[in-house]
Amino acid sequence: MTQTTAGRPTSEPAGRKQRAQIKARTLRTDRWWVAPAITFAALTSFLVYGFWAIFDKSYFVEPYIAPFSSPCLATSCPEGARFLGLAPFGDWWTLPPGFLILGLPAGFRLTCYYYRKGYYRAFWLSPPACSVAEPHGKYTGETRLPLILQNLHRYFFYGAVLIGAVLTYDAVLALRDAEGNWGHFGLGTAILFINAALIWAYTLSCHSCRHITAGRLNHFSKHPLRYKMWTFVSKLNARHMLLAWLSMYSVMLADLYVRLVAKGIINFPFA
Amino acid sequence: MGYKAKFRIWRGEAGEGALEDFVVEVNEGEVVLDALHRLQATQTPDLAVRWNCKAGKCGSCSMEINGKPRLGCMTRMSTFTEDETITVTPMRTFPVIKDLVTDVSFNYQKAREIPSFTPPDNVKPGEYRMQQIDVERSQEFRKCIECFMCNNVCHVIRDHEENKPAFAGPRFLMRIAELDMHPYDVADRKNAAQEEHGLGYCNITKCCTEVCPEHIKITDNALIPMKERVVDRRYDPLVWLGNKIFKRSGSGSGSAKSG
Amino acid sequence: MDIERHEYDVVVIGAGGAGLRAAIEARQQGKRTAIVCKSLFGKAHTVMAEGGAAAAMGNVNSADNWMVHFRDTMRGGKFLNNWRMAELHAKEAPDRVWELEAWGALFDRTKDGKISQRNFGGHEYPRLAHVGDRTGLEMIRTLQQRVVALQQEDARLHDDPEAYIKVFAECTITQLLKEGPAPEAPISGAFGYWRETGRLICFDAPAVVLATGGIGKSYVVTSNSWEYTGDGHALALLAGAKLINMEFIQFHPTGMVWPPSVRGILVTESVRGDGGVLRNSEGKRFMFDYIPEVFKDKYATTEEEADRWYDDQAGNRRPPELLPRDEVARAINSEVKAGRNSPHGGVFLDVSSRLPAAEITRRLPSMYHQFKELADVDITAEPMEVGPTCHYIMGGVEVDADTGASSVPGLFAAGEVSGGMHGSNRLGGNSLSDLLVFGRRAGAGAAAYVDGLAARPAAPAETLAEAERAALAPLARGDGENPYEVHHELQRTMNELVGIIRKSEEIREALEVVEKLKERAANTGAPGGRIYNPGWHLALDLRNMLLVSECVARAALLREESRGGHTRDDFPAMSADWRRRLLRCGLTPDGAVSVVEQEQPAMRDDLITLFERGELSKYLTEDELVAYDTLVKES
Repeated sequence: MTQTTAGRPTSEPAGRKQRAQIKARTLRTDRWWVAPAITFAALTSFLVYGFWAIFDKSYFVEPYIAPFSSPCLATSCPEGARFLGLAPFGDWWTLPPGFLILGLPAGFRLTCYYYRKGYYRAFWLSPPACSVAEPHGKYTGETRLPLILQNLHRYFFYGAVLIGAVLTYDAVLALRDAEGNWGHFGLGTAILFINAALIWAYTLSCHSCRHITAGRLNHFSKHPLRYKMWTFVSKLNARHMLLAWLSMYSVMLADLYVRLVAKGIINFPFA
Repeated sequence: MGYKAKFRIWRGEAGEGALEDFVVEVNEGEVVLDALHRLQATQTPDLAVRWNCKAGKCGSCSMEINGKPRLGCMTRMSTFTEDETITVTPMRTFPVIKDLVTDVSFNYQKAREIPSFTPPDNVKPGEYRMQQIDVERSQEFRKCIECFMCNNVCHVIRDHEENKPAFAGPRFLMRIAELDMHPYDVADRKNAAQEEHGLGYCNITKCCTEVCPEHIKITDNALIPMKERVVDRRYDPLVWLGNKIFKRSGSGSGSAKSG
Repeated sequence: MDIERHEYDVVVIGAGGAGLRAAIEARQQGKRTAIVCKSLFGKAHTVMAEGGAAAAMGNVNSADNWMVHFRDTMRGGKFLNNWRMAELHAKEAPDRVWELEAWGALFDRTKDGKISQRNFGGHEYPRLAHVGDRTGLEMIRTLQQRVVALQQEDARLHDDPEAYIKVFAECTITQLLKEGPAPEAPISGAFGYWRETGRLICFDAPAVVLATGGIGKSYVVTSNSWEYTGDGHALALLAGAKLINMEFIQFHPTGMVWPPSVRGILVTESVRGDGGVLRNSEGKRFMFDYIPEVFKDKYATTEEEADRWYDDQAGNRRPPELLPRDEVARAINSEVKAGRNSPHGGVFLDVSSRLPAAEITRRLPSMYHQFKELADVDITAEPMEVGPTCHYIMGGVEVDADTGASSVPGLFAAGEVSGGMHGSNRLGGNSLSDLLVFGRRAGAGAAAYVDGLAARPAAPAETLAEAERAALAPLARGDGENPYEVHHELQRTMNELVGIIRKSEEIREALEVVEKLKERAANTGAPGGRIYNPGWHLALDLRNMLLVSECVARAALLREESRGGHTRDDFPAMSADWRRRLLRCGLTPDGAVSVVEQEQPAMRDDLITLFERGELSKYLTEDELVAYDTLVKES
């Protein structure tokens, strides 16, 4: 028997090893800054619009309600704009009604896995583009406050489902004319329906939704129905970025359209 | 057909070095690795470059070409113009040994820190029964050829050397996801993913997915689903409550492996 | 110069499928094991294997069993196989595959949740366990992860993950160490260098397992990676072991020929299985002209019948594109030689005119991507250009079937570097299972050998000094011969003169060239330092490639028949008499290659009676048939 046995662990000679010393922040030769610049411009324009819209008072004109201000829950909401005719908040709420519900869609998009990528790159430059050094000396990612709150995305998803339902309800109500008779179909109706559809597509394509349907399971074969849902959501999810942009612009345009009609700037017969 | 291509290649040892200019003949249909091999055979016999299969299947020839992480064998010369100077450098995130060869031991170290596949004790070899749809997700991750370009490009460690001890990198977070989704794995990997392997450092900026030569959807199919599984365990009171109510007894593997 | 020294029980050279399986076995039997490999851990050539691992599990067709697999293997090897190896292989392959699954491998599944199995050339039933077309990668990764699992166990038990199994990656072995120069002197270790630092390293170990793979880098057009320089073959020869069957090299008929950078890379057999046809420059489907007499009744003779086969395999004969690999390779070679070649010296493999584009991308996704990304060719719109490529060597170290032991005490071999298992031609899918079955057996064999030793052999001090001198020699000749040029010339020579079709004069010519190249190789120099210097590494590898090439050429010259992976233009027929003879290469005391004939042992009674007389009569001599008849009558 000549077998050896393990001795004490030997430590490797600690040679001083370094990365290749290359000064340049990146050696990329393509226009890597274009994509973050576009994201920056597009998201900024949305924020600017949103800031204006939330304070703009012309958010309702029969039968349309601007999506940024729906559901309208404040006492200050016009009778017809009130969600299900309710005004659960008392007179004390004097700020624009949009503020009451802003948190849900804003939170959903703010914590969305796609938007996170978008603004971490375009706003926080962390990193601005792949293999381009970021300008920060320290990085802890989403390990601590406040960014650890990104993990709450799924609650915003639940909220976003409610918003989707409300926007669909709004679109259905837009099938009535100004007097409340069913059968109306204006450009506004079409816009609200398209917007609702895109909002749904974006909401359902969410990574949290994909997880909830069946992503969290390890045995798809034991849950055929949930697996089917997962497959469907996965297909949508592959286009999550596209849907994020489409729905963001559709909600912005729908909102603007309603306000323009409300302001009387648009007043053609089929509006 | 052939032309003289201009290259600027980082040469040096143990960090010290510089970009050097070379002109080398290139023929139709060749890739960057061919040009490097021709340099070895004709001008610089000691130019160090790691390679093996030359068909994009082994993941050895990872390098940075014009600043982007690429496999030398999969980067066709026809993607560059003839008067362009092509810059080739070693992967930036890892210490350099010589020229284009880096010390990738970080990756092997991390591989060893992830607990291996843990099947239940009572399943014998030959008794495994799994449906195709249940193994497909993990199979996608097992396409990985371990070129380590995802770990190289990830800014968490590329720009912050100090994060290396706490962060396993996309390659090994994906390995955790692969095992967590394995129908027969009983280990609890969710807490460990967050606490020991640094899943929280990932800010899903998707560079790992962008550089993956196997086109594995690392972020969408591994990292984000893993983050969601961690939320199940750590940040979701509803799930926590549900587990308390419905799975009072099977707290161990029951909650670790739902489904 | 200081030499790093390590003491182990078993040193495994090579970290492909066979090496890793051997190391795992040795470690599981409690031996301190080192894995030494030229590349990074997990990059071995095994990752290139596409098709699958053949194992008669009977998951898809329950009629399959080890006896059917055994018959297929012997048939494929034209009855030259070491029958004991073929038997063990067929019997043990299923357990080895199942074991992988318990270590985390995820094979494709059947409907009832078992491991799926696919059809492949020469296998009677669907038999190949697979994962899409990346089975080799799955295998390497699983074994790699098994090694890691064992290291984690050791970390818990001994506080050191590398206490019992350690990987020495990017480390090349240049010489095996022995107690003395005699062929029967036992192994005492191995000597080599770290590629990374150029530092020399010596392993003191009583058992060495060779698992270094093949020799493809001696050819220009090959599907093999740079590591395939025949290291294990050469190390074994130099240590006094014998090589058998070195004349048998498998040329895969369809390798890419264009662009030059990917010349030789495989185009999977499934392209033809799914309807792809071979055409020459005149647009003719030439394979109909190359159906050999023995296969006449099994293959279609008209395009119409061949085309019907894809839909109705029972009622029609197979298209001749699906003839065995050696037949197709020879046919393509003849077309090219006759000048009916495609623009870049191959023939056309066309699937674009045969299947709708969507069908092609669905059935052959990786081929679609391979051509798109490497050649910028859209295989749904235009034909591929293909030609034969050096793929696998059936020959290798002569080993004991049960333990993998060579004739040198303490030296073991498994996988492509060992010889005998596949006879004169290997079936697709049999290599991955070969690695597992004989990797494990060699690891166990080495462990048992160590257990039986009374004392650890030691190498004389001067051996080490000599090894060091030889390893560093090219560095001292900074202005010596360019090793890359010597290598290119060797590759051209072997490709042109000892390739698919061989002739006596050409082989002789090749031997003369090799002789000259040996002198040049002895004078190669490597400018630059010791740190990761590829010129130096190649200069050292040349010795191995030249030695192995010489064995191939000498054995090819002697074997005056055509069989499997050895085709002689001047002896085109298969000879029953030659079937009983193995060619055994060794080194004479003064270092020259010698080849001697050795009789092939007769098959065990219960194995030979698994075959029908009609089939055996194609391969056996009259004497052997008489013996068979007696045997059948007795039972």
